[in-house]
Amino acid sequence: MRIRIDHETRYGYARAARFIVQSLRLTPRSTEGQQVRDWRIETDVDTRLRRSEDAFGNIVHTLYTERPTDSLMVRVTGEVATVNTGGVLKGTPERLSPLVFLRSTPLTQADADMRAFAAEIGEGQPLDRLHRLMGAINESVAFMVGSTTVDHTAAEAFAQKQGVCQDHAQIFIACARRMGIPARYVSGHLHRSDGVINQDAAHAWAEGWVEDLGWIGFDPANGICPTEHYVRVATGLDALGSSPIRGTSYGGGRETMTVALRVRQMQQNQQQQQRQGWS
Amino acid sequence: MSGTTGSGTVRKSYRTLARWLESAPPDLLQSRSRQAELFFRRMGVTFAVYGDVESNERLIPFDVVPRIIGAAEWNELERGLKQRVSAINAFLKDIYGAQECIKAGIVPADLIFTNPHYRPEMQGRRPPGDIWTHISGVDLVRTGEDGFLVLEDNVRTPSGVSYMLENREMMMRLFPDLFAEHRIRPVETYTDMLLASLRASAPAHAGSDPKLVVLTPGPFNSAYYEHSFLADKLGVELVEGGDLFVNDDIVFMRTTEGPQRVDVIYRRIDDEFLDPLTFRPDSAVGIPGLMSAYMAGNVTLSNAVGTGVADDKAVYTYMPDIIRFFSGGDPILGNVPTWRCREPEALKEVLSKLDQLVVKEVGGSGGYGMLVGPASTKAEIEDFRAKLIADPDDFIAQPTLALSTAPTLDSGGGLSPRHVDLRPFVLSSPRGVQVAPGGLTRVALKPGSLVVNSSQGGGTKDTWVLDD
Repeated sequence: MRIRIDHETRYGYARAARFIVQSLRLTPRSTEGQQVRDWRIETDVDTRLRRSEDAFGNIVHTLYTERPTDSLMVRVTGEVATVNTGGVLKGTPERLSPLVFLRSTPLTQADADMRAFAAEIGEGQPLDRLHRLMGAINESVAFMVGSTTVDHTAAEAFAQKQGVCQDHAQIFIACARRMGIPARYVSGHLHRSDGVINQDAAHAWAEGWVEDLGWIGFDPANGICPTEHYVRVATGLDALGSSPIRGTSYGGGRETMTVALRVRQMQQNQQQQQRQGWS
Repeated sequence: MSGTTGSGTVRKSYRTLARWLESAPPDLLQSRSRQAELFFRRMGVTFAVYGDVESNERLIPFDVVPRIIGAAEWNELERGLKQRVSAINAFLKDIYGAQECIKAGIVPADLIFTNPHYRPEMQGRRPPGDIWTHISGVDLVRTGEDGFLVLEDNVRTPSGVSYMLENREMMMRLFPDLFAEHRIRPVETYTDMLLASLRASAPAHAGSDPKLVVLTPGPFNSAYYEHSFLADKLGVELVEGGDLFVNDDIVFMRTTEGPQRVDVIYRRIDDEFLDPLTFRPDSAVGIPGLMSAYMAGNVTLSNAVGTGVADDKAVYTYMPDIIRFFSGGDPILGNVPTWRCREPEALKEVLSKLDQLVVKEVGGSGGYGMLVGPASTKAEIEDFRAKLIADPDDFIAQPTLALSTAPTLDSGGGLSPRHVDLRPFVLSSPRGVQVAPGGLTRVALKPGSLVVNSSQGGGTKDTWVLDD
């Protein structure tokens, strides 16, 4: 599937910011499941971008503005050709021991209720347990836009039994780690099969580590493993570690942020369609 | 006087001092002690104590009786410290690089990778010159005649060196005649050594004249006095996070003449607070983008990010094997025997004799979160037992050591034996490893007490290394 992404983030500042520094994890890398083509980052004011790769294998750009501004727009556009790998991740550089992903973070600490919930998943093969965990979270935590903020911890979202994809992913991670299975957070994009192109926010899911298979994706918000409809952008220990943008402004005062995201399927060109038709 | 060997004779290194004291007027030490306190108050050498609501700053008691170490003994100690710190540096390079010591089974993988002080961000990175722990403070105790044992390695942001320097200055002022009678190796050269060491660890681009700064979290930090003291002695700026900024992956300091590039940051801020874009987002004392500059190789952070994995109390127990693995020889300085409560057999043994042991929280420091069995009530011990059983991984246990004592001025004006430890400071750079001849001697001022931490009422002494 060819997925076209147009992801725009606008910042407004109460006063003109003298200087802005941001760390961007907005650029997907190619894996066996996704081929990234023509990826671009644009900004509406003059900036310097320094590209690097972090230890988690994410492509990171550090952004520095050139002159004072009271707004900043960061837009990434590009196309990704995907195939369905059954949720199995292959072809990523993995510098870190999976054991790193057993440690909990402030956002992914399991409280007593979550520990009890994780214990109910029971024993068995890690892959089966992760599938059961995904099903259980999908059933017991309702998807409700606006029910949480980005600062909500897994435990807070679990207690109110509702949240958005970030919360489902972090609950999954906290429980999986509690079960002794390394798990990590993934931020990315989802092409919606219901035809809705304009989205309010990027998507998020989790990956669990299974010996002999490697990292496997689980999307507890939707109750499925990632398919060719998913574009994987960044990974980390939790939502904070894989945030699309983390930044600071000097002198900008209160900051507002709005996101405009379009994820759509590109029509295959005539020739390909014909070829497919004839084969 | 004390400072004796087991058989009751005065230790050789103390003989000159003992003779001198015999001929001194009886109240001399007390009057010099009062003088010292006055000087320190005027200079404002203070230390904030956590949890002390009455006053957030107070004077650390200073004992005017020096702790004296003979040349032969020091030379052996120095060899041991160099070996240990070199091995720690090799260990850090390996953990964040090829991980041979994990593959070889020297250290368990989970102990490293689930350790909160292991920084995944550093995996695969090499700091300038491959130096991780530029400044180390190794806590030693003497438990018998034959040398010292290591109680703790401090390779994050070890503090206390200002006391080593201030105490020496004070002693030279109070007892010039004693200095004339001893050949004491100088510690005053420490800041020159530190400056040379940090300059040698600068990134290659900096050339022969790298720009250095000391980074402090600010005046509310308990060691702020030391930060400003060191910046002053080094002849470099003392800065807070807000004085620095990062642009285009380069660190700059704001000055009245415009931004000035910074090459080496002697930081006295914990990893977690260095850069709100990488670590804690609520850090108000860090510099946004600092890690980008660091990853790009444009700045040296001293100590490097992620060194805490080497001085963790659980990793400590593996240090003798780590030294053997990286140095190829037996450790010159031993460890205090330690039970790892994460091992079921060890836990069983520890629980069976809690009243005799010292139990420490793996992540704790400064004497907080520990149980000193023989000095605790039944209730305190039972309280700790419950904690231990709930989270055995979080604890290690050690025997209550027969810590050596040093002669110390007591409240009656006489000399009494008090327990002491020693923190020498070790500097590493691409040019090699050096040890300042001396260190910070901490003394437990309460009779019989084994806790020397200044946060728990301990004091300090000048430490003399004789050059004979």
